[in-house]
Amino acid sequence: MELVMAILIGVLFTAAVYLILSRSLLKIIIGTGLLSHGAHLLILTMGGLGGLAPPVISEGVTDFADPLPQALILTAIVISFGVTAFMLVMAYRAYAVHKTDDMNQLKGNDEHD
Amino acid sequence: MINLPLLPIILPFLFAILLLFFKENVRIQRALSLVGVIISLIASFFLLVTVKSEGVLAVTLGSWPAPFGISMVSDMFSALLVTTTLLITLFVVVYSFTAIGEEREKFFYYPAILFMVTGVNGAFTTGDIFNMFVFFEVLLIASYLLIVLGGEKKQLRESIKYILVNVVSSALFVITVAYLYSVVGTLNMADISVKIAEIGQPGIITVIAVLMLIVFGVKGAIFPLYFWLPGSYSAPPVPVLALFGALLTKVGVYAIMRTYTLFFVHNVGVTHEILMVVSILTVIVGCIGALAYFDLKQIIIYNIVIAVGVILFGAAQMNEAGISGAIFYLVHDMLIKGALFLLIGIIIYVTGTSNLRKMGGLMKTHAPLGWFYLIAAFGLAGIPPLSGFIGKMLITQGAFQTGNVLGSIIILASSLIVLLSVIRIFIYAFWGEPVELPKTKRKPYARMMLPTIVLVVLSVLYGVGTEWLIPYVTDATDVLLQPSIYIDAVLKE
Repeated sequence: MELVMAILIGVLFTAAVYLILSRSLLKIIIGTGLLSHGAHLLILTMGGLGGLAPPVISEGVTDFADPLPQALILTAIVISFGVTAFMLVMAYRAYAVHKTDDMNQLKGNDEHD
Repeated sequence: MINLPLLPIILPFLFAILLLFFKENVRIQRALSLVGVIISLIASFFLLVTVKSEGVLAVTLGSWPAPFGISMVSDMFSALLVTTTLLITLFVVVYSFTAIGEEREKFFYYPAILFMVTGVNGAFTTGDIFNMFVFFEVLLIASYLLIVLGGEKKQLRESIKYILVNVVSSALFVITVAYLYSVVGTLNMADISVKIAEIGQPGIITVIAVLMLIVFGVKGAIFPLYFWLPGSYSAPPVPVLALFGALLTKVGVYAIMRTYTLFFVHNVGVTHEILMVVSILTVIVGCIGALAYFDLKQIIIYNIVIAVGVILFGAAQMNEAGISGAIFYLVHDMLIKGALFLLIGIIIYVTGTSNLRKMGGLMKTHAPLGWFYLIAAFGLAGIPPLSGFIGKMLITQGAFQTGNVLGSIIILASSLIVLLSVIRIFIYAFWGEPVELPKTKRKPYARMMLPTIVLVVLSVLYGVGTEWLIPYVTDATDVLLQPSIYIDAVLKE
């Protein structure tokens, strides 16, 4: 199971890198979304997948899943959700002001020297 | 007062929330944010004194015992940085009253600053590696708001890149924490240190060390990950730039210093060698950048990169002189960068441009500005008895002790280039034939000068009063060099 997850995470990262390197702003944002999905799955997998065991410890229970990665992934998901929402709004504003979503045309060139 | 380490985090947070309710009322915004920062500053001074007398303070949230709950740890290193952070914030807030403009003040400018300070102080204080990620996000999201606030064309363009770089580095942070967790099975920093010592740092931990360097290096702008910094930092208005330049990169530097003295100390030959080489390269590219531009902002921004290199070079020596030099230089750099950015903000206000070629002869009309700029410039270059001297001296001393002669020579030579780059601003802007200045009022100029002068004077005092600060820095150095002090305080039996 861990191996399958590792491959899936790798695929997500690959797709994310491809999208982030593209020129369209919207694709880049989708890429960051995929990147954080990959990272979240990685954190879940790294705690060891516990199978069907519940994430609790009580008297006499020896087989349990690690509850910590689930707490971590929840925090990380909420954060990346907020950041993605903010990025989308900003990308829209940038599009409205600059009239383009092509990163090639968003290079800085009004500096002195 | 067992919750003392939390006060510099919670107080700005509380005031930021209060401020959200008074969006339109600029007076209340100014008054409340000033009061908030001053109260937090008093709390942090109190914290500093308490840490000095009682040693490392640790708080476990919700009273969960140490390796399981989240610990907040104030040692002397973090207490010093927390205090300096609030000090800089105080001056930037006062400066902003005149410099930032009502438009921005009405759109959550002060709450964003306070939220960012919450994140910065949290990152300095936390004793839990995942909690550090959370505080990084807190400060980053506030900084996203600050960098884009105003919505100018350039700001929108540059903040997209800034956010993208930071999102990628945050994802890398999560990945690194995941790897670390899978190897040591804990998130508490003291506990991680113990577990790594038990397994004797196998290869995988060294890989994680390099990953950590990449993650924090993106935030701290080390070579070759500094590429985003010059563009992004030149976009926001000067008070925001001063905050970013003085605080944000330093959080990355702090995180590198903390992890490289607490976790990865068993294979110094690899990890710290990489850190040292990277820091020297950082200094060199920073020097090239600082000489290449005729733009005021860019010159000082590249000086941030140089300073990051110098601090990390000191930290990489892993001996008493090197580390205490790095701490001295870190605090010095926060103060002096804040002062320099505020000063060039005034120069830009007076001349109406940030292009050096269009300036000249300011000494005739604005003499105090010139003199204080000169003092700050000498302080940055480290001319004794000003504040940069002692840090750089200790860093090179540490490097000579470990036999890194070439590195020390490069660091010393970089001082000359730093001096050249800032004196170039002085020569172009203050000497020569006066150019015609746009009409500016004298009153805002005076109001902006006040906090700036106090900050420059403080940095001078920091240099002259080194003798009084030595006990504090020695305490901070001891905790960094002997992880057992930190570990015992957190995991007290």
